Amino acid sequence: MAAVHETVETVKSVDVDAYKYGFVTDIESEKAPKGLDESTVRYISAKKNEPEWMLEWRLDAFRRWKTMTEPDWSRVHYPKIDYQDLYYYSAPKKMGDGPMTIDDVDPELLRTYEKLGIPLREQEILAGVTTSRVAVDAVFDSVSVATTFKAELNKAGVIFCPISEAVHSHPELVKKYLGSVVPVTDNYFATLNSAVFSDGSFVYVPPGVRCPMELSTYFRINEQNTGQFERTLIIADKGAYVSYLEGCTAPKRDENQLHAAVVELVAHDDAEIKYSTVQNWYPGDSEGRGGIYNFVTKRGDCRGARSKISWTQVETGSAITWKYPSCILRGESSRGEFYSIAISNGRQQVDSGTKMLHLGKNTTSRIISKGIAAGRSDNTYRGQVFAHRKATGARNFTNCDSLLIGNRCGAHTVPYIEARNASSTFEHEATTSKISEDQLFYCMQRGLSAEEATALIVNGFVRDVLQQLPMEFAVEAQKLIAISLEGSVG
Amino acid sequence: MLEIKNLHVRIDDKKILNGLTLTVKPGEVAAIMGPNGSGKSTLSYVIAGRQDYEVTEGEILLDGVNILELDAHERAAKGLFLAFQYPIEIPGVTTMTFLKASLNAQRKQRGEAELSTPDFMKKVRAAADKLGVPQEMLRRPLNVGFSGGEKKRLEVLQMFLLEPRYGILDETDSGLDIDALRIVSEGVNALRSPTRGFLVITHYQRLLDHIVPDVVHVMSRGQIVKTGGKELALELEKNGYRDYVTEAA
Ligand SMILES: Nc1ncnc2c1ncn2[C@@H]1O[C@H](COP(=O)(O)OP(=O)(O)OP(=O)(O)O)[C@@H](O)[C@H]1O
Ligand SMILES: [Mg+2]
Repeated sequence: MAAVHETVETVKSVDVDAYKYGFVTDIESEKAPKGLDESTVRYISAKKNEPEWMLEWRLDAFRRWKTMTEPDWSRVHYPKIDYQDLYYYSAPKKMGDGPMTIDDVDPELLRTYEKLGIPLREQEILAGVTTSRVAVDAVFDSVSVATTFKAELNKAGVIFCPISEAVHSHPELVKKYLGSVVPVTDNYFATLNSAVFSDGSFVYVPPGVRCPMELSTYFRINEQNTGQFERTLIIADKGAYVSYLEGCTAPKRDENQLHAAVVELVAHDDAEIKYSTVQNWYPGDSEGRGGIYNFVTKRGDCRGARSKISWTQVETGSAITWKYPSCILRGESSRGEFYSIAISNGRQQVDSGTKMLHLGKNTTSRIISKGIAAGRSDNTYRGQVFAHRKATGARNFTNCDSLLIGNRCGAHTVPYIEARNASSTFEHEATTSKISEDQLFYCMQRGLSAEEATALIVNGFVRDVLQQLPMEFAVEAQKLIAISLEGSVG
Repeated sequence: MLEIKNLHVRIDDKKILNGLTLTVKPGEVAAIMGPNGSGKSTLSYVIAGRQDYEVTEGEILLDGVNILELDAHERAAKGLFLAFQYPIEIPGVTTMTFLKASLNAQRKQRGEAELSTPDFMKKVRAAADKLGVPQEMLRRPLNVGFSGGEKKRLEVLQMFLLEPRYGILDETDSGLDIDALRIVSEGVNALRSPTRGFLVITHYQRLLDHIVPDVVHVMSRGQIVKTGGKELALELEKNGYRDYVTEAA
């Protein structure tokens, strides 16, 4: 209830077209020369003092990338990206390269995070209103600036650090798992990421350990014309559990910025990974100028029996989103879940969905997708459910609802369903609806403005999915929903 | 005072209200009766500020101020409440959430502080008890799957919570069982006060047995064709509308 009210508050307090997170932090940064060739890859690797095997891995990816072409099968349209016109590495300058404590962090950076509402300092978290405990690994452009709660996690045996650090401290784990879920040549953007990834989070939860707190990364794209290529790798060993939150914001920019992240999850026997994303990158202005291109590859591998991976996403930002968090259900009786809220407004284009690949016996999956299109945006759900010949007893339930606001937007549902054995059961439900005049009038008669009414109705529409989010995230998500729907009515 | 003066309204070229004039004074309960399709619900929508209707002539004054230029939510904050003939379902939004959002939206427009959650809960409980609305219902999505009578009760509960200056009840009695009719009427009567007015639209005398009106208006073809005391309703019950319908032609 409080959250709904806050939603309503937020709608009122923000101007149309004013992207709340549109500020630029003025700090010096160190960049690789513009453009992309082998020397860029070497530069990035050298900056991170990477061992030879890591450099080779990158170079191999780069050589393969040069032979690939950009995919064009999604519904999104955008001007051709000039890959030579981007910076592939950018780090805040004062920080040097090695690990550091919070006190080494540029105060300007800390202020940026404060503006974003991220509790970087442990004291702040502990002094917070709620008793929630979140460990934050903040990525500012390409480098992880600080990792909190490390000590306590260490005690539990949980490894949570920037991936650039894990390459040095846990090379055996990185070697074993990196690229094992999203192969280097998986797709154009994943291959590019493999060549030039800058940083990201690494998580390893040992057998039988329940991670004592939610882990979180906030991404922020600050530097102009910098592609962001995070690489996240999360491993839950046998019987382990971890919940990971990813939040993103980027300052307001005129030029489009490329974002091509790769996230790999591995769940062994009886392990569970819950991965939640709230993505509110700059969507561009109402005319479609500027905004982030978000081409992301996220995939989870339910490698072990009875393992479970669950993706929850709230996507309100980016000019273009191209994203399909997926599950490979390899282990017997493993389970994959995908809960999604995707909101598009203005000229945003969203092409998102999931893939559930049932390979093991008695594997189950569940897909709940809520797409909301407003303004002149286009919102496509694209989902694949596949059962292998050997995946007997596989079951999927898909529910895919679209809500249209106004009549200049579009919603599309593109399901691909394929069962190669007779004992699989796939259920698919889909609806498309509009907010009716009757509903709006009813709410307004009770005192809500048209925008407040819309936010309320939309929050009702996405309720099933919001309930999947950790509490604090759900509140933030409700606010974002309200903000992203500004100017969608009237 | 709620004054409707010479109101002409149409929708898609169809004239529905034809120079309707009507006044509801503070402290007064005015009943409107009239045949199906005579424009009673249309009148209530237009007063509340529904957009698809075109007001071609006339005005609606709330305490002397023309409200025709105000949006529906602004009129609500000024104290206009409409209990709908057909309440609307809002999936996924729990009734409780909706009640709190509306109450605070109105308070905010009026520059009043928001109600804290405990204060709000207290208020809702009191209203729910009074109207025999089970708490469990308030946790369900608004009006979704509610029976006809439950929806009507909830409309009155909302009126209780929002404490309007003028309440318009559009056939709130239809769908109510005998006990509910009594409970809801008692609720409305409890709200009666020298500063609050009601416009009660109904087809049946039985509601007016419980909520005794000060005046009764007969509406036909978008006009008030007859005004009288509470005995007028009894007469209509006996003779129907034939005398008045021809009069209006
Ligand atoms: N949106 C609309 N488009 C066309 N005609 C309409 C519309 N709304 C109302 N009408 C017509 O206006 C007339 C008045 O309708 P209204 O609902 O106001 O009647 P009423 O007096 O409330 O009737 P009842 O007693 O049956 O509730 C009817 O003939 C109805 O069909
Ligand atoms: Mg009616």
